[in-house]
Amino acid sequence: MLNATVSEFNMLTITGHEYPEFVKIVEVGPRDGLQNEKEIVPTGVKIQLIDMLSGTGLHVIEATSFVSSKWVPQMADHTEVLRGIQRAPHVQYPVLTPNLQGFQDAVAAGATEVAVFGSASETFSKKNINCSIDESMLRFEEVINTAKEQQIPVRGYVSCALGCPHEGHIEPSKVAEVAKKLYEMGCYEISLGDTIGVGTPGSMFKMLQCVMKEVPADALAVHCHDTYGQALPNILTALQMGVCVVDSAVAGLGGCPYAQGSSGNVSTEDVLYMLHGMGIETGVNLAKVVEAGDFICNALCRKTNSKVAKARGRTL
Amino acid sequence: FSENLQCQALPEKVKIVEVGPRDGLQNEKTIVPTETKIHLIDMLSVSGLPVIEATSFVSPKWVPQMADQVEVMKGICRQPGVSYPVLTPNLKGFQAAVKAGASEVAIFGAASELFSKKNINCSVDESLQRFDEVMKAAKEAGVPVRGYVSCVLGCPYEGKVAPEKVAHVAKSLYSMGCYEISLGDTIGVGTPGSMSEMLEAVSREVPVNALAVHCHDTYGQALANILVALQMGISVVDSSVAGLGGCPYAQGASGNVATEDVVYMLHGLGIQTGVDLSKLMDAGAFICRSLNRKTNSKVSQATCKL
Repeated sequence: MLNATVSEFNMLTITGHEYPEFVKIVEVGPRDGLQNEKEIVPTGVKIQLIDMLSGTGLHVIEATSFVSSKWVPQMADHTEVLRGIQRAPHVQYPVLTPNLQGFQDAVAAGATEVAVFGSASETFSKKNINCSIDESMLRFEEVINTAKEQQIPVRGYVSCALGCPHEGHIEPSKVAEVAKKLYEMGCYEISLGDTIGVGTPGSMFKMLQCVMKEVPADALAVHCHDTYGQALPNILTALQMGVCVVDSAVAGLGGCPYAQGSSGNVSTEDVLYMLHGMGIETGVNLAKVVEAGDFICNALCRKTNSKVAKARGRTL
Repeated sequence: FSENLQCQALPEKVKIVEVGPRDGLQNEKTIVPTETKIHLIDMLSVSGLPVIEATSFVSPKWVPQMADQVEVMKGICRQPGVSYPVLTPNLKGFQAAVKAGASEVAIFGAASELFSKKNINCSVDESLQRFDEVMKAAKEAGVPVRGYVSCVLGCPYEGKVAPEKVAHVAKSLYSMGCYEISLGDTIGVGTPGSMSEMLEAVSREVPVNALAVHCHDTYGQALANILVALQMGISVVDSSVAGLGGCPYAQGASGNVATEDVVYMLHGLGIQTGVDLSKLMDAGAFICRSLNRKTNSKVSQATCKL
C-alpha cells in the first residue's frame, strides 16, 4: 500500500482547491452491484430496480453486462433486461462488453453505450479475464473501433488502481499508462477503480496526480470501494483534484470477492448525502434512491450497506 | 461551498483520543463486567494510543454502565505517557474521580439548548455555571480539563445548529480553562460542508491547536469530515475502538467512528499516530467477542477475511 508523504499531500491543501458545482453519479448497482451478490436475482426484479432508479434523477445507470453467462450467471438475462427496462429520457444505460461478440449482442439488444474493463495489474488481468493487459487492450480496440463506426460511446474502466489482491502495490504510472491507452483508443471517460478498497486519500492523491498528466480531469471518474471504510474521503480527495464523476451502487450492493463478507461498492445514498451537504448538485433525489435501495434489499433478503438508509429508517 | 477554501498544511502527527471504554461502552446495551472493561483498557494501553477515556463519574442511576467507575480506575494498568481522562459532570463527580486516582477530567457542554435540557436537565448557561465549580477545583488540584461540545453539526431535537452558537460554547469552555475542546457531531449528520463552516466559526474564537473533532459515523460521513478537519489544521481526533457505541437517536444505526478506520486513513496519508494498528484490532476483536457483537470497523472486517 502506497503512502503519500504528508508533504506531497500538502501540495494539494496549501494551494487550496475548488469543488465542482455538479457531480455526475454513475449508478453501477444493477451491474457491478448485483454481479457481486450471491443470490441470482430474477429478471423482473432487475428490471424493476432499474426502472425505480430511472425515476430518481440519476443520469447514468449501468444496466447489465454482455459477458458469457458461463462466467457470470447473474448477467445471463442481459438481453431481457435491456429490452425490458423503461428508458427514461436523458438517462444513459451503458452495458459492459468484454469483446466484439459481446458488443454485437449488446447492440442487437438495443444498447446505446458500452463499457470495457481493463486492469492496472497484470496478475489481476490474467486471473480475471485470462489474458495480459496488452492482449486485453487489443480486444478492446476491436470493440472501440466498431463502436466508433456506429457512434456508440465507450467508457473505459481501470481496475486495481490503488492496489491489487494478488500483486499488492500498484504503481501510479501503470494506472496512468492503462488509462492513457484507453483514452487514446477512444474511450470518452475513464473510471479508475479501487477494486479492493485499500486506497486512502494519500494513495488516491498520488494516483490521480499521475493519471492527470495523461488524461484530462474532466474525462476521469472514480470508482471507490468501501471495504476499508475509505471510500468517501477518497471521493472527497478526487473532487478536490477536479474529478467530477463518481461511480457508486444503490444500497452499497456488491460485496468484495477478495474479503469475504466485507463491503464492496460505496453506497450511492451515502455519496449523495455528502455531495448535497457540500452544496454540490447531482440532480438526484436521495429519498427516491433510498426507496430503490429498500426495494432491492427486500428482494435480496439482505440489509442495506448504506449508513444513510440505515439511519433514515430509524430516526426519532 | 464551491469557493476556494483556505487550507492549512496537513498535520504531521495526529493525537487519537480513544473513547471506546467510556463513550463506546456507555452506548452499548449489554452491561460489561468490570474485568472486561479493565482488560480492554489494558489492551488499548499497549497499542500506542496516547489518550484513553477510561470511565465516567456520573451517577450510576443515570448511567448504570459506568457504575463501576472507581474499580475501573483503580484496576487498570496505567502505561507511562498515556493519559486516562474521565468524565465529571459536576463537583461531586470530580471529587470522586480524583479520590479514585484520576489525573485528567472532562466536562460536557452542548451547542443546543433543547439537547442540554433533555440530556442533563438544564440550560447551556446553567451547565457552564455547574462546570465553573469543577474548573476551579481542577485548577487548584492541578488537574487538566478537556471540554466537549455536543451537537456541533446538528441536534436531534433542534435540527440545524448555528456555527456561532458552537463557537460561543467552545469559547466559554476554553476561557474557563479547558485545555482542549472536542467538537462532537453527536448524531453524525455533518458533512464536509457543515464541518468546515462550523470549524471556520469556532477557530475564530479558539486556537485550532486546542480543538479536536469527535465525529459520529451514523450517516457514513465521519472519515470525510475528519479529513476536512485535518485540512483546516485540526490535529486531534476522537474515535472508538471497533466503532463501539451505537446512536441512541437512530436505533440500530452506528455511532462513533472506528479507531481502526481512522488510523488506517491517517497512516495512508503518512500522518503519524504512534498507534500499532494490529494491536488496536486485537483490542477491538477482544471487546466484540466479549459483547458478542460484530465490529463496526470496516478495516477489521476486511482484514480478518483477506
